[in-house]
Amino acid sequence: MSFKLFELLLQASIYTVTISVVSILIGFAIAILLSGMLLSLRRHLVLPARIFISFFRGVPLLVQLLLIYNLLPVIGINVPSVVAAVIGLSLCTAAYQAENLRGGFASVPVGLVESAEMVGLTPGQIFRRIKVPTALRLTLPALVNEAILILKASSLVSVVGIVELTRMAQDLAGSTFLPLQLFASAGLIYLVINWIVALAGGLIERSLPGAPR
Amino acid sequence: MSFDINVLIEQWPAIVSGAGVTIMIWVFGTIAAAALGFLLAVARQYGGLVVDKALGLIVAVLRGTPFLIQIFLVYYGGPFVGLSLDPLPAGLIGISIYGAAYFSEIFRSGFRAVPRGHIEAGECVGLTQGQIVRRILLPEMTMLVLPPSVNMAVILMKETAVLSIITVPELTATLSAIGSQQYAFVEALSALALFYWVLVEFTGRLGNLAETKLSRFRFFNA
Repeated sequence: MSFKLFELLLQASIYTVTISVVSILIGFAIAILLSGMLLSLRRHLVLPARIFISFFRGVPLLVQLLLIYNLLPVIGINVPSVVAAVIGLSLCTAAYQAENLRGGFASVPVGLVESAEMVGLTPGQIFRRIKVPTALRLTLPALVNEAILILKASSLVSVVGIVELTRMAQDLAGSTFLPLQLFASAGLIYLVINWIVALAGGLIERSLPGAPR
Repeated sequence: MSFDINVLIEQWPAIVSGAGVTIMIWVFGTIAAAALGFLLAVARQYGGLVVDKALGLIVAVLRGTPFLIQIFLVYYGGPFVGLSLDPLPAGLIGISIYGAAYFSEIFRSGFRAVPRGHIEAGECVGLTQGQIVRRILLPEMTMLVLPPSVNMAVILMKETAVLSIITVPELTATLSAIGSQQYAFVEALSALALFYWVLVEFTGRLGNLAETKLSRFRFFNA
């Protein structure tokens, strides 16, 4: 296998990383909203969030992608397939991240909040300065995990015709008859990307205030 | 937008067969993955440092690469090393190996988490090694590995959909084909999503039930 082929795979992997990062960020924004709904005491807010989470965690991502890709045109929305892919990945990761965030907020120690009340912080200040940083610290490992899962899951958007890493490997394997080398190389690139993400996650975790040293 | 359920009713033999293949792959794949994972965990625990490191590397590779890439390697790369497989066996092998990597980690943490003191206590009251394994190690481990194992079974259930890409005739492939032939994507894909949703929820509930039933073996405060 020539270096030219590997270079093409590397170029395609930029697409993989971009799609994953964008989806993680959009998913995180939706997840904040969802976890807020889950933690509210109003039933009409909790139930839709529960159903959303149950659906997107209970249906395979591939099926979600097929649904979104084929359904959007039917209801009259025509978007490029990359947008459909990002929507699918974002909604799916939002469901998982919402559960993580809910867990994070639920495990903020009560004593911490009480002592903040004692020293006279307002509820808004307690939320911004105590609850959010503590919950984020608690959910960061899960977030890194989720990022790795999405990087791997983004290989599925190849089925809606987006030429990211997996699709590039597939196309090249078809034209060069080197499937073994190409898929192994693609796997290696995924492995390296995920390794970097895990490493970066560990570094951020240790650099956050209040980290054990 | 119309919703014509008759399209699906007319095709029921194909759909039932697809659902059967999906469930068959899931059940056999999960059992094979768990068995293989258990062997991996035992080998890493008792096989010495070299075996542990070598298997650890394989597990890390399997967990760090997408399932789709692994399936492509088995199905399209296999023939180049003299391993030509039909889609179905290739899919079964792929899902078993992929699942085994995760199961081995689950069992490893299970081995480690049974407190040494419980085993020593068993020795003190004169239990044989066999009794210790049967009456202390396995029950306590079962309680620990059950929740993540159910989780893994659910993940493997969802991964079966990926096998449609290498043309395994399971439900996703069947319903996608019906969707494109009859131009009934909405009906076919809704039915598909519903099938997985119900099955995954059901499996999760069943796991919770088993957990409650087995909670008398629980020794940790969680």
